[in-house]
Amino acid sequence: MAGLEDLYREIILDHYRNPRNRGELETPPAHMAEGFNPLCGDEIQVFLHVDDDTIRDVSISGQGCSISQSSASMMTTAVMGKTVDEAHQVIRAFKAMMSIHGDDLGGDSTGEAQEPAVGLGDLEALRGVVKFPVRIKCATLAWNTLDQGLNESASAS
Amino acid sequence: MTPPPDSIDMSLDTAAIKADFPLLKQEVNGQPIVYLDSGATSQKPRQVLDTLDRYYEEINANVHRGAYHIAEQATSAMEDAREAVQRFIGAPSSSEIIFTKNATEAINLVAYSWGRANLTEGDAILITALEHHANIVPWQQLAAERGVEIRWLPLTDDGRLDLTDLDQMLDGVSLFAFSAASNVLGTLTPVRQLADAAHGAGALCLVDASQAVPHMPTDVTEWDCDFMAFTGHKMCGPTGVGVLWGRTELLDAMPPFLGGGEMILNVTREGFVPNELPWKFEAGTPPIAEIIGLGSAITYLEAIGMDAVRAHEVALTDYALRTLRERHGDDLIIHGPVDTTKRGGVLSICYRDVHPHDLSQVLDQRGICVRAGHHCAKPLMKLLGVGATARASLYIYNDESDVDLLSDGLAEAGDFFSHQPD
Ligand SMILES: Cc1ncc(COP(=O)(O)O)c(C=O)c1O
Repeated sequence: MAGLEDLYREIILDHYRNPRNRGELETPPAHMAEGFNPLCGDEIQVFLHVDDDTIRDVSISGQGCSISQSSASMMTTAVMGKTVDEAHQVIRAFKAMMSIHGDDLGGDSTGEAQEPAVGLGDLEALRGVVKFPVRIKCATLAWNTLDQGLNESASAS
Repeated sequence: MTPPPDSIDMSLDTAAIKADFPLLKQEVNGQPIVYLDSGATSQKPRQVLDTLDRYYEEINANVHRGAYHIAEQATSAMEDAREAVQRFIGAPSSSEIIFTKNATEAINLVAYSWGRANLTEGDAILITALEHHANIVPWQQLAAERGVEIRWLPLTDDGRLDLTDLDQMLDGVSLFAFSAASNVLGTLTPVRQLADAAHGAGALCLVDASQAVPHMPTDVTEWDCDFMAFTGHKMCGPTGVGVLWGRTELLDAMPPFLGGGEMILNVTREGFVPNELPWKFEAGTPPIAEIIGLGSAITYLEAIGMDAVRAHEVALTDYALRTLRERHGDDLIIHGPVDTTKRGGVLSICYRDVHPHDLSQVLDQRGICVRAGHHCAKPLMKLLGVGATARASLYIYNDESDVDLLSDGLAEAGDFFSHQPD
């Protein structure tokens, strides 16, 4: 049985209680992308300042549960200062970790679903979320919104 | 279950009732399940489950079509269920009972059939600030298509309908569509008074009674409403069946909603002649087993007595409001009216700054089922200034011990998530 501590790891609670890069950025130069979780009503805004193909600044506003808020907070520290390509790699790696399917394949598979070789660092703490399928959408909300924001700011420039 | 004698305090034998519900014998996460989500769907008693089995094992046949023995039995079991519904809601005639898939389809039926036949640009519909999406979106679809105006009756601070400007808001309105009971706040609305006001302004009224019919005596004649919708799965019945009740003269004048088999008297290459009520609105093979199952659920509830059901829920809601507030004080917000005579057993909770999702996760670990989210009432959540609440809803099988376990779970969640002071 998956216990609460599998889900709510200490580092997750830390990011929830002390969110990093919280607030709004001026638009423009930043771009704002908005995401909704229609299941629970959570809303998130990702502010993204991309310059010279590099994420100069990123911040989060909105409301959500501990999983969606901490995932967003960790996401900002993971992509801050990264190039857009690097950020896409982290997004792919995180989404692969969050897919139940990828998890089932285990270590010996060489299929496409295998996680890209990008270190996830603290984000590894969210791995337990896949044992709570309804919460996966909470964890991926910020990431889908970031993805959308990167695409929107790429097509805007 | 033996129904309790007509005792004066009408308290329910919840232990005996609970024993009728196989699912409630289950354990979740190693603990006996504590089911507090009947507002979303109720559990089903053995009696209803047996009815469904018996239908499929003994009389399964398509209705209204075969002259053979089991087809006649299936047809008469289904029509008996229609009469049970008629009796249960105080309808003048069983031909006014139309079986749908759920309450949502019942409301859509009125919006499509009556709405599109009667409303055009410049007409107005009044709804209220506490509606479920099922009683909002069909009207918005109609509004977008026909240029109909939608007005919203506001709420008081304690979550009741604010009737101050009701007459003005009804001016020029063709239909007033409102809930008898809120699925978020528990608020009971003064249905008869609202119906009278609507009629006084020359409007019809539709009552979404999805959260009322399962919990208290219902009498559409007493309400003097024009349409009423509810859903079977919240009242011990199976999923897949709901009911629209409407006045004969209105239903007669309305065009059919869906077309197909069952709903016709005759079809030629040139066109069709619609069937009589209620079949005119029941296109295709109906959910026969579910309809018969709903009839069985009504028999089950009638044996307990709807007055007793209501009395039990008032007492238990009173216990919950009192003990939760005593123990948790300012840490806890319970939205909605405080007067238990004006509310049902729906408790929308905000606990400290614990997000409802996290709250329900901690409670789930203790086998406690509550719902977290916007409860399909986003405009209401916006008005309350919250994105989500955790909702515990009570029914006939719940008792004080369930409320106490909820209370313990809230305390645990509070400890687990409390923000550390900087
Ligand atoms: C007040 C209210 N109206 C309508 C509905 C819709 O019921 P159904 O989904 O069975 O159509 C619900 C159920 O969630 C409800 O609580």
